[in-house]
Formats: sequence, C-alpha cells, structure tokens
Amino acid sequence: MAAIKPSISVEYAGNATILSFTDEKILEEKDIKALQESIMSVIEQAERVNLILDFGNVRFLSSAVLGLLIRISKRIYERDGQLRLCNINPKIYEIFKITRLTKTFDIYNDVEEASEGLSQPN
Amino acid sequence: MTSKAPINCSIVVDSKPSAVVEVYKQILPKLEENNFAKDDIFAVHLTLEEAFLNAVKHGNKMDPAKKVKIDYSIESDKVAISITDEGTGFEPESVADPRFGEGLYEPGGRGLLLMNSYMDVVKYNENGNTVYMVRYKEKPHLTEKQSQTQFSSEAGPCQQNQ
Repeated sequence: MAAIKPSISVEYAGNATILSFTDEKILEEKDIKALQESIMSVIEQAERVNLILDFGNVRFLSSAVLGLLIRISKRIYERDGQLRLCNINPKIYEIFKITRLTKTFDIYNDVEEASEGLSQPN
Repeated sequence: MTSKAPINCSIVVDSKPSAVVEVYKQILPKLEENNFAKDDIFAVHLTLEEAFLNAVKHGNKMDPAKKVKIDYSIESDKVAISITDEGTGFEPESVADPRFGEGLYEPGGRGLLLMNSYMDVVKYNENGNTVYMVRYKEKPHLTEKQSQTQFSSEAGPCQQNQ
C-alpha cells in the first residue's frame, strides 16, 4: 500500500480527539493542503470536537503550516469546539513566539496536560 | 565531496514551490561542511522556504514560465543569500505586521516576519524583486559597511549535490 504523505494518526481518548503529525517536516504546499483536508474531515465528523494536535514528531515547519492552524482553529471555534496544541519542540515553539501565536493558541507540554479539563463534546 | 568556504554560487530554478528543495539541498549541506551550528542551518532553511515561496507566489505570481535566481556565498563566518524573482517587486514597508490586530488571526503574512527574525541582515533592492539576507555564525555589531556585503562578480553556476 502506498504511503500517504504527510501522515497523521488519530486517536480518541476521553473527551478529546488526539491528532498526531507523524512526519518530521511539514513543508510542501500539496502536503499542507492534504493535511488540511484530513483534519477538516475529522473536525466535521462530530458536531463539536475537542481537538488536540500533537507536534511531538515535528522538527520543522514553515509559516504555511501556521496558516493551516489558523484555518483549523477558526473552523473549530465556529463549531463551538476547542483546539489545543502540545509537544512542540523548542525550535518550533520559537516560531510561535516570534509570530505571537502563543497568544492565539492554547499550548500545553504534553497530551496528558492538554487533555485536562476538556468539556464533553457532542 | 566537501566544499570549503569561501563559496560563491548562482543557480536558477523553475518558479514552482517544490523547486525550493533543489535550493536547500544544495546550500544546507555546505553549511554543515563549514561548521555552521544547527540553529544557523534551521534559520537558513526556514528563511529559504519563506523567501522562495514569496518569490514564486507573490513575485512571479505562480507563472511557470518564470524563473527564480538564487545567489549565495558561504564564508567562514557567515552565509549570504539573495533571491530574485521576475516580478514587479513590492514595498516591504507596506506589509502589515502580523503580530497585531486582525493580522494575528489571518492565515498568511508571517513569512517576512520570520525572515527578519532569523536572519541578521534582510534588505531589498530598489525594485523590490530581490531580497538579500545574511546570517552570521556569531553576531557581530553590524556596521553599515558590513551589511553592504555583496556577492562576488565571479559567482559561478553550481551543480546539485556537489
């Protein structure tokens, strides 16, 4: 079976849908578009979703991915869901700090911490 | 084969987003060979992604007939990169700061901010279709003269994976 890149894995735990990026680099425009389609379909599977994005494997991304995250967050908040990011490596976190997206996104150390206090999704 | 500084190269690639891979696969290994730190390599990689995509999308307007020219020089203490598109240019001052107001919630507009943050010198030519950037291994107190460093007129074409 051909590998689909970029790959994501989805796990349902308690009140959260945990989506992990499995690639180290998220760069190419076509990959980012494919990611957007995959993530949007996860969001739209439920009326309301608590989505945790796990960046544990990600070592490099560009501003195009930040744009993707903004689009995802808008869609989630339109549907009264919650978005939390976690496991962001220090170099990637620096990109969030420079762009002040640390103010926009809820960022946690790990999945466990990000899962705390999420309300019941519909 | 290793390439020791000083290196002066000029390459021209197709104006399509995926062509940036040719560019960084040529430049980043040379930075490693010349003992640039991982942080420097990360910074140059990120900057190449942002500047090249700007050239293809905003400069050349995704016109596949156009090209992007990359000049780079690697010296023992710094790397300098210049990216030129065939567009009509832009005024960097006219780009809104994405860290404030509505910009914080816009999907785009962060490329220039990242370039300015990760490189020690970022300058544009008068037409606004060439961006010139420098990253130093160690951060010197930049004088106007240092930041004016230009590429050698003897820069030659480079092969991939030298």
